[in-house]
Amino acid sequence: MTERHTLALLLENTAGSLSRVAGLFSARAYNIESLSVAPTEDPTISRMTVVTSGSPQIIDQIVKQLNKLIDVIVLVDLSDGLRVERELLLVKMRHDNDLEKDKILKAVGKLEGVLLDTTEGVYTAEITGSSAQLDEFVRLVDSSILELARSGTLGLQLGPKSLNSK
Amino acid sequence: MDEQLRGAEIFVKALADEGVEFLFGYPGGAVLHIYDEIFKQDKVKHILVRHEQGATHAADGYARACGRPGVVLVTSGPGATNAVTGIATAYMDSIPMVVFTGQVSTALIGNDAFQEVDCVGITRPCVKHNFLVQRVEDLAETIKKAFYVASTGRPGPVVVDLPKDVTAEVTSYSYPKTVTMRSYKPPVDGDPEQIHRACDLLLSAKKPMIYSGGGAVIGNASEELTKFARLLGYPVTNTLMGLGAYPGSDPQFVGMLGMHGTYEANMAMHHCDVLISIGARFDDRVTGDLEKFCPEAKIIHIDIDPASISKNVYVDVPIVGSVRSVLRELNQAIESSGRAPVDRATNLWWAQIKEWASIKCLDYDKTSKLIKPQSVIEALHKVTDGDAYITSDVGQHQMWAAQYYTFDKPRRWINSGGLGTMGFGLPAAVGVQLAFPDSVVACVTGEASFQMCIQELSTCLQYNLPIKVVSLNNRYMGMVRQWQEFFYESRYSNSYMDALPDFVKLAESYGHIGMRIDQPGDVVGALEEAFGLRDRLVVMDFITDQTENVYPMIAAGKGQHEMHLATDDRELA
Repeated sequence: MTERHTLALLLENTAGSLSRVAGLFSARAYNIESLSVAPTEDPTISRMTVVTSGSPQIIDQIVKQLNKLIDVIVLVDLSDGLRVERELLLVKMRHDNDLEKDKILKAVGKLEGVLLDTTEGVYTAEITGSSAQLDEFVRLVDSSILELARSGTLGLQLGPKSLNSK
Repeated sequence: MDEQLRGAEIFVKALADEGVEFLFGYPGGAVLHIYDEIFKQDKVKHILVRHEQGATHAADGYARACGRPGVVLVTSGPGATNAVTGIATAYMDSIPMVVFTGQVSTALIGNDAFQEVDCVGITRPCVKHNFLVQRVEDLAETIKKAFYVASTGRPGPVVVDLPKDVTAEVTSYSYPKTVTMRSYKPPVDGDPEQIHRACDLLLSAKKPMIYSGGGAVIGNASEELTKFARLLGYPVTNTLMGLGAYPGSDPQFVGMLGMHGTYEANMAMHHCDVLISIGARFDDRVTGDLEKFCPEAKIIHIDIDPASISKNVYVDVPIVGSVRSVLRELNQAIESSGRAPVDRATNLWWAQIKEWASIKCLDYDKTSKLIKPQSVIEALHKVTDGDAYITSDVGQHQMWAAQYYTFDKPRRWINSGGLGTMGFGLPAAVGVQLAFPDSVVACVTGEASFQMCIQELSTCLQYNLPIKVVSLNNRYMGMVRQWQEFFYESRYSNSYMDALPDFVKLAESYGHIGMRIDQPGDVVGALEEAFGLRDRLVVMDFITDQTENVYPMIAAGKGQHEMHLATDDRELA
C-alpha cells in the first residue's frame, strides 16, 4: 500500500534547517526519493520540496513529524490536490554515429528540451518535465549518457492557493 | 538607552530576568567568561555537580518536581557530550529544560579546535530544538526563545550553543518580555466537534477505560482528570509516567498498566469497548503486541502533540490540545449533556474488573527470611506517609517503586520512563530537594544504577541536601538477571555485580551516613531512623532476596491479556 507523496514546505532559512529535515528522515527510517531546497523571494525563508513514499500511516507520521520541527513554517501535501510538478535534468550524451545522434535529438525534442552545448561528439541538454517523463528519457538514451544531474521534483499547487497564504 | 553589556553579563542577567533560580553546571574553558559573571552576582544560584550528566538529571528532576524548566550550563566538547544522556532522557519524557553549552569561538568552529564538537549536530535528534548563537546581538532573544520553546506545547529540552567570543562581545541589553515565532504555534484548545464526539462515545460505553499518562502530570491536569473520572465512575489506569496524576489509593484506580502493570489494568485494557487515552503515547511497554492491543475498543486520544496520535495505534477520535484545557471542555460537555453513563452495563464491567483484581497479582511472599524488595517499598510508603518525592533509577527497583509506593499526588514520582537511564535517580533527587528543601525526598535505587552517578553524593554534601537513598541491593543488575532467567535459560551473562564497594563506608567517605540492613525485621526501624535524620543524607543499603522477580509481566511480543503472574512460577516451583 505504498503511496508516493510530494510535500512542499516553507522553512526558516537558517544554517541547521536542512539537516533537521534530512535528520528526521534518517532517524525515523522514512524514505526520501528527492529533496530540493532554495531560498524564496523572502531571503529568510526557504522552500523545500520532498518526494517521499510509504504507507498512508507512515505518510501521516511524516507530515506530522515535519510539522513538529520548530523551523517548519508551513507544510502542504501537494498530493492532496491539483498541482504542477516539474524536475530539471541536465544531461551530457555522447554520439558516435548518425543513428545515435538522431535517437538523442528525437528524445530531446519530444520533451521540448534545449541543447546547451554541441561540442564535437557530445550533446549537453536541458530538459524539464515530470519525474516520470525524465525517467523515460533517461531510459531511452541510457547507453549514450556520459553524466547527468537532476534537480529533484519541484511543485506548486494549482489555482489561487499558495503556501504563503496558508 | 539600553545597557551596554558583554555577552557573559547578558547571559547571567537574562537568566535572572527569566526567573531562573538554579543553574546546574560545571565550568570549563569555553564558558569561563560566563563563570566569571556568575561569581559576581547572587541572583542565579549555581549548583556545581561532579559530572555533566549529573547536571542535566538534576535540572530534569527539578523540572519534573516543580514544573519550571531546569537550566544547565556546561562547557564545550566533553562537557556537551557528557550532557547528552541527560538531554535525551528529558527529551523522551517531554521535560522542559534549557541546556547552555559552551562552544569554541566562531572563528575556530569547524577547525577541530581543542574541546570542539558539533554540539548542535550531536544533540539535534534528542532536543525539541537547538540554537547556535552567532552574534551577541541575538543572545538575549535566543535565550527567551529557548525558554519559550522548552516550556510550551509538548515540553522538551532546548540546547543553546554559545561560542566563547559571543560571550565576550558587547551589545545593548534588554530582555524581551514575550517572543513570537512564525514557525511555532503550540495548540491549546481541542476541536469542539471532536470533544462532542468523544463525549457521546464515552457516555455510550459499556466497558470503558481511562488510560492516562505523563501528559496529565506535565500538563498539570490532575484535578481535571480526577473530576473527569469521578463524573463518569469509570476505571482509571496510569502509565509509569502518569502515576500520581490520579490518586493511587482511589477505588476507581486499577493500578499501572503495561509490561509490569496489574493484571486487572491490563485485562481491562484488553477487553474494554471504549478507551480514552489522556496524554499517553501508546508506548511499546504499554501496548505489548500491537496486533493484539485493545481489539474491541473505539479509541479517543487527547494529546498536545499531533504526531503522538495514530503513531502506533489507530485512533477513532483524535483531540489535539492541552490535556487540561480539553478535559475541562470534556467535563463541561458531560455535565451539560444531561446524560449519565450506561449504569447496568458499567456495573457488570466493574464486577468483571473486581474478579480480575481478586487474584491479587501484586502479592508476594511475606514470610521470607530474606528482605523482599517489595516490602522495603511498602515500608517506605508507611514511614513517609506516602507523601515523599520518590526518584528512581532504572530496573527492578524502579518497577517495585512504581507498583508498591501508592502515589496520590502528581509530580511525586520522578523516573526515567522513556529512555530508561540508569544513574538518573540520585542527581534527579538533587534537583527535587533543591526545588523543595523542606520536603522528604527519597531515591529508590539499586547497587548497579546507584554507581552510575554516585559522584553526586559530593554535590549533595556541598549543598546540604538530606536525600534518603534507598538502595535495593541484590548483587545483580536485577532486571537484566530477570530477563536472562526467563528468556536465556538462566545464563547470567555479565549481570552479576562483582567486587561491590562497602556502601556504608562509601557514604561515610562522602561525609554522609551509611546503613546496611540485611534482616527483614530491621527494615521499618532502619527507615524510621534514617528519615528521622532530617538534615542528613543517608544511604540505606538493603540486602535483598537475589532471586526476586518483578511480577506480573507481559513478555515482549505478547498481548496485554497474556500476563505472566508470580503464581505461575510458584506453582511450577
